[in-house]
Amino acid sequence: MRTIIAPASAAVKSGVIVVRASGPNSFELLEKLSGKSTPSPRHAVLRNLFDAKGDLIDNALVIAFNAPNSFTGENVVEFHLHGGMAILKNFLETALETGLCYPANPGEFSRQAFENSRMDLTEAEAIADLIDAETNAQLKQAQKQMRGELGALAREWREEIISALSESEAYIDFPDEDLPDGLSARASSTVKNLIKSLKQHIEDSKSAQRIRDGFSIIILGEPNAGKSSLLNALARRQAAIVSSIAGTTRDVVEISLNIGGNLVFVADTAGLRETSDEIEEQGVKIALERAEHSDLRIGLAPDAASAKEIASHLAAGDILVWSKSDLQSPDYLKIDGIDEIAISTKNNSGIKELEDLILMKINTGLAPVSAPLTRARHVFAVSEAIKALEAALDAPSEALELACEDLRIAARALGEITGEVGVDDILDKIFSSFCIGK
Amino acid sequence: MQTDVIVIGGGHAGVEAASASARAGAKTILITHNKNTIGEMSCNPAIGGLGKGHLVREIDALGGVMGLATDMGGIQFRILNASKGPAVRGPRAQADRKLFRAAVQKIVSEIENLTVLEASAEKLIHKDNKITGVEIAGGEIISCAAVVITAGTFLNGVIHLGQKTWPAGRIDEQPSIGLANSLYSLGLRMGRLKTGTPARLNGETIDYSVCDFQPGDDNPKPFSFITKEIKNPQVPCHITWTSEKTHQIIRDNLHLAAINTGAIKGRGPRYCPSIEDKITRFADKDRHQIFIEPEGLDTNWVYPNGISTSFPEEVQDAFLRSIPGFENVEIFRWAYAIEYDFVDPTELGFDLAVRKYNGLYLAGQINGTTGYEEAGAQGLVAGLNAARFAGGQDNVIFSRANSYIGVMIDDLVTKGVSEPYRMFTSRAEYRLTLRSDNADQRLTPLGIELGILSKERVDAFNNKMAEINAAREFVQNTLTTPAQGVKLGLPVKQDGRKRNITELLALKGVEFETIADIYPQLREYTPETREQLEIDAIYSGYMARQENDIAAFNRDENLLIPKNFDYAKVGGFSIEIRDRLEKIRPATIGQAARIEGITPSAITALLAYVKRRDNKNVA
Repeated sequence: MRTIIAPASAAVKSGVIVVRASGPNSFELLEKLSGKSTPSPRHAVLRNLFDAKGDLIDNALVIAFNAPNSFTGENVVEFHLHGGMAILKNFLETALETGLCYPANPGEFSRQAFENSRMDLTEAEAIADLIDAETNAQLKQAQKQMRGELGALAREWREEIISALSESEAYIDFPDEDLPDGLSARASSTVKNLIKSLKQHIEDSKSAQRIRDGFSIIILGEPNAGKSSLLNALARRQAAIVSSIAGTTRDVVEISLNIGGNLVFVADTAGLRETSDEIEEQGVKIALERAEHSDLRIGLAPDAASAKEIASHLAAGDILVWSKSDLQSPDYLKIDGIDEIAISTKNNSGIKELEDLILMKINTGLAPVSAPLTRARHVFAVSEAIKALEAALDAPSEALELACEDLRIAARALGEITGEVGVDDILDKIFSSFCIGK
Repeated sequence: MQTDVIVIGGGHAGVEAASASARAGAKTILITHNKNTIGEMSCNPAIGGLGKGHLVREIDALGGVMGLATDMGGIQFRILNASKGPAVRGPRAQADRKLFRAAVQKIVSEIENLTVLEASAEKLIHKDNKITGVEIAGGEIISCAAVVITAGTFLNGVIHLGQKTWPAGRIDEQPSIGLANSLYSLGLRMGRLKTGTPARLNGETIDYSVCDFQPGDDNPKPFSFITKEIKNPQVPCHITWTSEKTHQIIRDNLHLAAINTGAIKGRGPRYCPSIEDKITRFADKDRHQIFIEPEGLDTNWVYPNGISTSFPEEVQDAFLRSIPGFENVEIFRWAYAIEYDFVDPTELGFDLAVRKYNGLYLAGQINGTTGYEEAGAQGLVAGLNAARFAGGQDNVIFSRANSYIGVMIDDLVTKGVSEPYRMFTSRAEYRLTLRSDNADQRLTPLGIELGILSKERVDAFNNKMAEINAAREFVQNTLTTPAQGVKLGLPVKQDGRKRNITELLALKGVEFETIADIYPQLREYTPETREQLEIDAIYSGYMARQENDIAAFNRDENLLIPKNFDYAKVGGFSIEIRDRLEKIRPATIGQAARIEGITPSAITALLAYVKRRDNKNVA
């Protein structure tokens, strides 16, 4: 019996999102994520949950239910997370990465419950209604997805695997036939290309997640470089402050703006400078970490010396802003991939240009991806497929059936996205492509 | 006359059905037009191949006839895919027609409870929906509890040779028109298929010096788990190819092929196309290979495999002579195509019983399959279940997770057929588990439980398994630390984890002999045991996943949909889904999910009405 995991409440922005894990590994999963032992059954306790790097995901309320006294009759853990999409996504990805659990298929929790006789099927009518209700929602959801671009793309990918598979299977099932040479070379180049595009798609899909989670910008600079003035200028002109929350440390202030119709988070950080003050040092460290995970970094420097220092924290695609241009003219560093612009908040020069530049960066970063992988389940399926395809390429040539097995696993993983499986397609492909018939 | 089970037909399905029925304890009568054609190979003189060889070994694991008869009649044994992994190796043998037929007839004559009756079965007798007997030509009725029909291509069979057509079951044999009419009157869905067979040639008039030579394996490996050695002399096959001239003759005469005149309505197999089909569909191929297979040790008849056709005689003559080596060939018999009726196998349950009637079982080509092996395997299942039905016992079901037999029957009864169905290894999703080498480990325990195996087979199996089990226990419990491994020269990771012998054997570049140098007791095992240990290691990385998949599969197969379930009772089905479910009438949730076009939501809705299986007789 496998352990499955999925949100039990609607996965939308809300106060609390409940994620349920059910199956033999669910306690081990809780222990792995929290680093603590499983609490006594049916007691609500607070636990810090950490990702693989040891960073905090969330401080969540967790409840363990031991078999058979649970909804599904298996060991169950409910994680009551804070209702942010980023938290949910990070949590599910971390949980799946442990290898202890799989994303639940539609209806699978009810299925486990039924298997373990937790549902009374003699009261068929009531149960049927219940299942029906659940199914209709799932069906609509599934249909929506099936109609969508992702379904079409997943089918295309699967098609390619089937064609590689049919080329390999032809060698297995028709060893006496006069098959064209070079089939395995063709199959392996198909597989290689597919791996590349699957990986690219996972990468691209990050922008789809940004659309949902917001584009993050961080402003870096030494104290008094004019960060707060810039932030204020941006905020004032946008006049669309959604909220102003204190960051996780007293040194990061984050506001959310609506720039060109996009949700954008701008974080103002503690000044970056060498310091002996422990608390301030901590602030600098956090700012730099935060900068690394932001979608865009804006370095702010009033002079050449601080510009050089700040530039070392920037990456290609970032912006270096020469502030206080009313006081001294900039001496541009001309680093590859970094845009430089001069502004003065005092006489309001360059602000509009900077905004346009930021908007351009946002639009590039948020470029719509066709058929994005929006759910952890999709990302998991595609990652499983990549793993299996890589194993297929690795399989020794004298064990062609193992390469085929891996290709089937990959096809099935992608089939999970749309709900398609089946061997007949492979044979159809063989018969239409090769002259078989002794 | 009265009996428990009547088997109609003495081909490969009929023989296995009669054998299984009799071995299961039912008094059995096999009715055939002609005793001397029992065990006839009506098409090519070969048994086995990929998937097919797996089926033969499964038949043998359950005490059937085909494996033994092949070992007694085989004149060239070859393991196909010997250079690939064990799961996709398929045993195949050329057989001497006469020796094979004689072997089958000898085995049949020695089976207790089994009588062969030379007669023509004309009509099924039934009372309401219960089969009560069979009427034979002359009007006599033999009453029985169950009937297995294995009519092959005899149901309304029509042979096509160019423009000529005539009713026939096989060349020179009468078709079974009365039986077909009787089946039609039962109201079963039926369809029409076609197949073909090539010309038969005089091998003494072929110039083999221009052909390739294809020998068998040096050490012929028997099909049967109880055959000790192959005694027949072994002979080679030859290979030649069509020429550009052959293709020109065929293209020029396409309009004369029966397949193109509109005379043939049935669908033929895509994997066994006629030569005119190959040349039309794969126009860019400049030659097609032809295997020249001997029909026996003391005959000059040969079977040119790969050039079945429905051309008239003069075109056949012309294109044959354009093939290198065949310039002066003497033709013993022309190629022909044959059309025949079949029953839509979705009328059947997993036990191959017709759902609408009690006591009626179908097996072989009548169910839309092709091939001796496919026929034999179905015969075994139908005969076994007919006998159990006659004796008032539960049916026995084979599953996709334990056998190719199960894969085939599930495909047939769940999806139906659109062309003659043939087995391939790619049809089996648990291919790494369903191997020809372990057919006995998978099925013989069931045979023992059902009491259908001879003492000889049971003893042989138990002895073999005692050693294999002891060996598996030894290799699994003998641990090596990484430090010891390095000292012994093995490429083990220094991860502090102890490894058993299976894990060591699975390491890249590690041979059985390397490990046997460390643990010399491994050398004391028989070659079969050693082979099992090696296979365990080769597939060890995949077995956990496959076992999980099989567990999930079995979970769905153990959820039974009640036999006469009223699908109208479940709200929310579309008319299309309801129609499909009513047509196939799936026995399990798993089967329902495999029906084309059935949605996950339909399955979830059905879940509310199912029962868990308590029947232990699931193979």
